[in-house]
Amino acid sequence: MALDGSKPQFKLLGTRPNRPDGLDKVTGRARYGADLNAPGQLHGAILRSPHAHARIVSIDASKALALKGVKAVVTRADFATGLTGDDWNMQENCMAGEKALYDGHAVAAVAATTPLLAKDAAKLIEVEYEILPHVTDVDEAMKEGAPVIRDGAADYSVPDGLHPNVVRYYENGKGDLEAGFAEADLIVERSFKTEAAHQGYIEPHACLAQLGTDGQGELWCCTQGHWFVRQMCTAALGIETSQLKVTPSEIGGGFGGKTTVFIDPVALALSRKAGGTPVKLVMSRSEVLRATGPTASASMDIKMGMTKDGRITAASGVFRMQGGAFPGAPVDVTTDLAFANYRIENVHHVGYDVMTNRPKQAAYRAPGAPMAAFACESVVDEMATKLGIDPLDIRLKNGVVEGDRSTYGPKVKKVGLIETLEAAKAHPNYAAPLGPNQGRGVASGYWMNWGGDTSASVAIGEDGAVAVTVGTPDIGGSRASMALMAAETFGIPYENVRVHIADTASLGINEPTHGSRATFASGLAVIQSAKECIQKMCVRAAEKWDIDPDAVTWEDGFAKPSGPNAGDFEPLSIAEIAGEMSDTGGPIAGHFEANPGKFGGSFGTHVVDVEVDPETGRTTILRYLVVQDAGKAIHPSYVEGQFQGGAVQGIGWALNEEYVYGPDGRLQNPIFLDYRVPVASDLPMIDTVIVEVPNPGHPYGVRGVGETGITPPLPAIANAVAAATGVRFTELPLSPPKVLAGIKAAKHA
Amino acid sequence: MASFANSKDSAKLGGCPDHGDLMNYHTPTSFSDASAIASATSGVTRFLAGGTDVLVQLRSDLVTPDDLIDIKHIEGVKDITQRADGGWDLGVAVAGAEMTEHAALIADWPGLVEGMDLIGSTQVQGRATLVGNLCNGSPAADSVPGMVAAGCTVTVTGPDGSRKVAVEDIPAGPGRTTLQKGELISKVHIPARGENGGDAYLRFIPRTEMDIAVVGCAVNLRIEGDIITEARVVMGAVAPTVVLVNDAATAIIGSTLDETALDALAQAATAACNPIDDKRGTIEFRKDVAGVLAKRAAKIAYGRAKGEAQ
Repeated sequence: MALDGSKPQFKLLGTRPNRPDGLDKVTGRARYGADLNAPGQLHGAILRSPHAHARIVSIDASKALALKGVKAVVTRADFATGLTGDDWNMQENCMAGEKALYDGHAVAAVAATTPLLAKDAAKLIEVEYEILPHVTDVDEAMKEGAPVIRDGAADYSVPDGLHPNVVRYYENGKGDLEAGFAEADLIVERSFKTEAAHQGYIEPHACLAQLGTDGQGELWCCTQGHWFVRQMCTAALGIETSQLKVTPSEIGGGFGGKTTVFIDPVALALSRKAGGTPVKLVMSRSEVLRATGPTASASMDIKMGMTKDGRITAASGVFRMQGGAFPGAPVDVTTDLAFANYRIENVHHVGYDVMTNRPKQAAYRAPGAPMAAFACESVVDEMATKLGIDPLDIRLKNGVVEGDRSTYGPKVKKVGLIETLEAAKAHPNYAAPLGPNQGRGVASGYWMNWGGDTSASVAIGEDGAVAVTVGTPDIGGSRASMALMAAETFGIPYENVRVHIADTASLGINEPTHGSRATFASGLAVIQSAKECIQKMCVRAAEKWDIDPDAVTWEDGFAKPSGPNAGDFEPLSIAEIAGEMSDTGGPIAGHFEANPGKFGGSFGTHVVDVEVDPETGRTTILRYLVVQDAGKAIHPSYVEGQFQGGAVQGIGWALNEEYVYGPDGRLQNPIFLDYRVPVASDLPMIDTVIVEVPNPGHPYGVRGVGETGITPPLPAIANAVAAATGVRFTELPLSPPKVLAGIKAAKHA
Repeated sequence: MASFANSKDSAKLGGCPDHGDLMNYHTPTSFSDASAIASATSGVTRFLAGGTDVLVQLRSDLVTPDDLIDIKHIEGVKDITQRADGGWDLGVAVAGAEMTEHAALIADWPGLVEGMDLIGSTQVQGRATLVGNLCNGSPAADSVPGMVAAGCTVTVTGPDGSRKVAVEDIPAGPGRTTLQKGELISKVHIPARGENGGDAYLRFIPRTEMDIAVVGCAVNLRIEGDIITEARVVMGAVAPTVVLVNDAATAIIGSTLDETALDALAQAATAACNPIDDKRGTIEFRKDVAGVLAKRAAKIAYGRAKGEAQ
């Protein structure tokens, strides 16, 4: 599975053919979560808590059930009991038990013959609440006397004396911090805050569920990972995994937020209660914002020391991560990756996972990394400015290379940070002249990527065309990259390969399309499966020619004698071998099941130019450059798309996206009008440079590129705003009221 | 959906024919019929022209009307007509997109039209109307400051006949108007532009489009030579209703819009603000930006009055 050095020149990898699913998607033929209907289906609606924290005293659904056309009402009593750990958290988040834990927490659900009837019926369910004190801010939640979200939620890692809302503690370090700071000529210490940001996928969660009285069910849903969905749903409902078949729809964005479940177990429970009638459940945007996972918010303290010539001598960080009303904020990742760009001898980090009355956080593109990058890269930028050192040079000086000991422990493998910094320095954007009120910001970021459980199969058709079957839903063009890797391996045209995303009954288990793993892990599985097919086809050719299978080689889609000594035979094409396969031993297919561990991390460096209106505090992005290591870009257009998408989501998070809670603990902006993601006219064309430092752990050098791209934007933009205004902002988002207030305060100071 | 031929027709709409909570949908063919229907209703009543607020509020469960009166079927509601005096009459269902395609209207009132043009997306522009924006009662309505600055009036039709009302007298507070039960607006009247005039509207939003004004400002003025002789300055999103700021107008009348006048204008605009702290902006921010926008809008209006290309 190592890098295949025998193929330095690729015929197809690195080309940009049309994606196989493109026509379906631009014509509206592709079927997304809400596009499937079943005869006789019911429609579900969920009743949600209007309170941030309240004990559920009673639920009376008699008025809803009295409506003609209402077929079922479910509450927590209709789910399995006795769950523990993550399963319990997931179940509790999908349907509240004793308490409603946040504004929007599901309390009951109804299934009826029409969507409007279901919605009206849900309003008739009477819930008696005992309202409890609430807390939504991470720092407030840790203070003595803060309302306790759930006693006993903390795990073994939490030291004595901390508030019960602190549910996980993480500490990591090396070297001698005191000595490191003593060596420094400049020490900068600052505190930072970031708000929660939602993944903002355009397609709300949707599913069609059927679960019969025989305990067998089927689920069609919009997800990044249907085996995860199967595991969670069957756990929540108390049935065996094999009894539920989950089929993924096309997916209108996920960014990590669709690696878990919110409505699917509820739809299945409604179907079961309605006697096995299929139930369709579709979330509104407001439900998505109130009750699905945003990323964690963070409160952080950073201290770094540097010598006059720009060498980082020591770094320490404290990271308080707010993950909603459940454990699970990505405190370990935030902590580990905070200083991961740098070679630092003396480093120490502490992380706290803190619960509040907010929705359960979910993964969001490099979960945990952007917040830490914002804090750390802001401090590095400030130090570079104070010492008069170019921000790229300071990173070139301290940036990690293969063989260094990383700040969080393991040895650094072959990575491309230095290459991205050099490419950024050489890019014309870095030399573009700046006008008044304009500033340039630089930051780097990292994501370690992932392998994970992976199954795939490749089957040869009767005409020699190839069917590739993978279990990772296609979010960012992975059908195209799978087809390219299969076609490259076989030596056949791209168009002769068709890629399918299988349901949970058709392959071994697969982790979701997450962790930037699909092109790496499913790609590797496809290559290995193709190689198994090739080996079998070589055997068929050897048997036909009556020579040793070892004397047959595969080249450009043909089985050939390996040399003059093997014999003189006309090469056999994949089509010829396939046409005869029924008579030469039967079907030809290959498959692969493993947990590939040699994934390779990806570094990126961003350079952004902004202009800040000094009279209104409004920031305009003028130029934006993403440079990132892809290992090998299988389909460069989709790699560039990932780079640009990460940058754009980072721009939104940095400038205007935030969860605004009122004093009553209710979310004030659960619509896209007030939850302000960037619109197209807010953005310049995002420039991209693909760096390729091959991953030694993949046959074609693939690293995975999905997540790194959102790590540098937060600090890069904050650094650019600091350069444009002369004011260092330490709290995101950099919304106009905040920036204008900062500019005014600096003027008066 | 079926079409409804005359004003007596109405249809029952609702979540489900099996339960009682139904909505009456009316399609009158005259304003007096529309007024009569509205007078006779007892529950929540909404008029439907473009529907870009009503339907969104309906779907978000904010407002569920018992009676929905669709006034698009009344003759002339989509007409833009120039009067003999040079002014303009606009039907109540004229969409933003029709105004922004109307070269003569834009030549007369670029500020009024650009206020309307800022609302929503291209798709929304195909439906959204001036009157809907006015009657929705939002203090942040983008088209209202421009209408007030221009000195627009509307005809209000009610049970007792019709009357003309200044646009600034319609809003009563967030989500409320001064229209009485059974009353609706049946036409918009824009004054004649006359010589040496110019108007402009600017709003502040954190993004570039698809957003709601955090502060809005319309300026309409007339000059003689370089001197401003008439002016109307109107602020949006800084008080419960749009505010016609006479002090701001006074600050620039008689001036050449020099720095002193601009500073006085900004101060007056800021002083007229009575904003709230909310998710879209702070009180301090709104006050500051009100002054900034007033200066910038006045400069554009002044340039237009002088015939400079904008």
